[in-house]
Amino acid sequence: MIVIGERINGMFRSIGDAIAAKDKKPIQEMAERQLAAGADVLDINVGTRVAKADRPEVMRWMVEATREVTGKPLSIDSPSIDVVRAGLEVASVKGPVIINSTTGAQDRLDAFMPLAKEFGTGIIGLTIDENGIANTVDAKLEIGMRIVSAAMENDVPMEEVYLDPIILPVKTDQNSPRVTLETISQFKMLSDPPPHVVVGLSNVSQQATERSLINRAFLVMAIAAGMDASIHDPLDEVLMNEMITAELLMNMSIYSDSYLKAYLQHG
Amino acid sequence: MPLPEATERWTMAINEVTIGAGPDEGGTRKSVVKVGGEKSLPYMHFEAPMPNRTVVAMEVWDCVPTDWAPPLMEALGDVVNSPAEWAKACEAKFGAEMICLTLKGTHPDFGDASPDAAAAVVKSVLQATGLPLIIWGGGHDEKDNLVLPKCSQVAAGERCLIGTVKEDNYKTLTAACLADRHNLIGESPIDINIAKQVNILASDMGFPLERMVMFPATGALGYGMEYVYSIQERGRLAALGGDKMMAMPVICQVGQEAWRAKEAKATAEEFPQWGDEQERGPLWELTTAVSLLQAGADIIVMRHPKALAALKKVIAELMKP
Repeated sequence: MIVIGERINGMFRSIGDAIAAKDKKPIQEMAERQLAAGADVLDINVGTRVAKADRPEVMRWMVEATREVTGKPLSIDSPSIDVVRAGLEVASVKGPVIINSTTGAQDRLDAFMPLAKEFGTGIIGLTIDENGIANTVDAKLEIGMRIVSAAMENDVPMEEVYLDPIILPVKTDQNSPRVTLETISQFKMLSDPPPHVVVGLSNVSQQATERSLINRAFLVMAIAAGMDASIHDPLDEVLMNEMITAELLMNMSIYSDSYLKAYLQHG
Repeated sequence: MPLPEATERWTMAINEVTIGAGPDEGGTRKSVVKVGGEKSLPYMHFEAPMPNRTVVAMEVWDCVPTDWAPPLMEALGDVVNSPAEWAKACEAKFGAEMICLTLKGTHPDFGDASPDAAAAVVKSVLQATGLPLIIWGGGHDEKDNLVLPKCSQVAAGERCLIGTVKEDNYKTLTAACLADRHNLIGESPIDINIAKQVNILASDMGFPLERMVMFPATGALGYGMEYVYSIQERGRLAALGGDKMMAMPVICQVGQEAWRAKEAKATAEEFPQWGDEQERGPLWELTTAVSLLQAGADIIVMRHPKALAALKKVIAELMKP
């Protein structure tokens, strides 16, 4: 599993405060803690407290702060192409990058895919188009295919494409998890080699009381359906252990009595 | 119609392990071998060239074997009376690329030689040959824990390959090899889960994974070889797919296993339809070895000079792109 750690996000109070105070330390500590807990990629998101006009500059600063402590892949998280470009310019100098994200809307694909090609990055494609979030398996597949085709046209290798079927909160759309699981397994058949499939996991439990429990249950189900990347909180140790165990049960890794330790120490 | 692209893309390479140290590195070896480093399944040169060919080692015992088949003893000759002479012959006469010194004589049932006596044998073999050395315990855990640290110590600086550590007996030897900077063999009983566990246990003690070799146990042709083959292959697939705990080169004890088979050692008198035992034994050993090459063996330990020479030829052929 490719674990994209979600904790460097201005929406979290400690990170939001660090941005406001221009204090790199909490960002760097969060980067190191997530990596130690098993994150493969670190998501960087300026959040909404920063004024729109300042976001490119803040993204640049956050990426620089993170890059001082790690060369691991970073996921530059913003719907704005200016913010993403600002992040890519500094992040790609020292290590791999993933663009998070484009949608399947034509104007977004036309803007973001060439950017992925230019910087040699990965790219997450959301199943959203001009009509909004697709909410049936067929509609999600249609947009997924559009994203895959756009990647091919722009010479972005399939190993760099991450399709996100978008999971909606179970509290507001109880049909969404089942549709998402079905979509995950179908996404894996869109091309050979297949694209990666990723979800923003914590979305499934928005507004619910049993957030951790719902996240954990859905993560295990999504792994069984073929999902191979997830944006979540790697500091949730139980969640991570369930993820590692799910991969083991799917025969994606070789069992040993110390399999949990082996994963966390050596990936 | 164009053929579809069939090459596999793997995410990880097998670790490259260096065995033996020359004078420039504090040892006295005249040759040093590198094993592992593969980036694809064996001999798939179109996917990735094999950086190192499989190395052929020859078994030398610290005592005279009493139950080896006559064709084997005849081929080796008088040298079996002295481990140093035996090792010398392996290098100069038989063409071995490594010596695998098996300390069978330290086993309580096979002479119970003392740790000091074993260490003296190790020293004599190191003096007699310039080849890199594998030191293999006598197979009695408690005794090995007394013998092998001594041998490790007298061979410090030579960067030997010493084994074996097992799931329930790994601490003493791992610590010794760590201190004396040797490479280490992790043994498992044809069990991929235990193979991984042994590697994790040694690694937990701070032993570098890059200095480990796996011994997943070997089976001879006709005696479980398909099972051994599939375990070895699965381990290799997992390693190439990114499992760092399985990314070690593999050693196979082919001579030892092949010569346990009745088909290798029975005389023509007993089984006339099986043919001349002078040819049959080495062939049994060779066929076992060649099969395991395909499963990804990086070091093969042989016994019969003729089988060893033929195996080297096969490897040279397979290495041609």
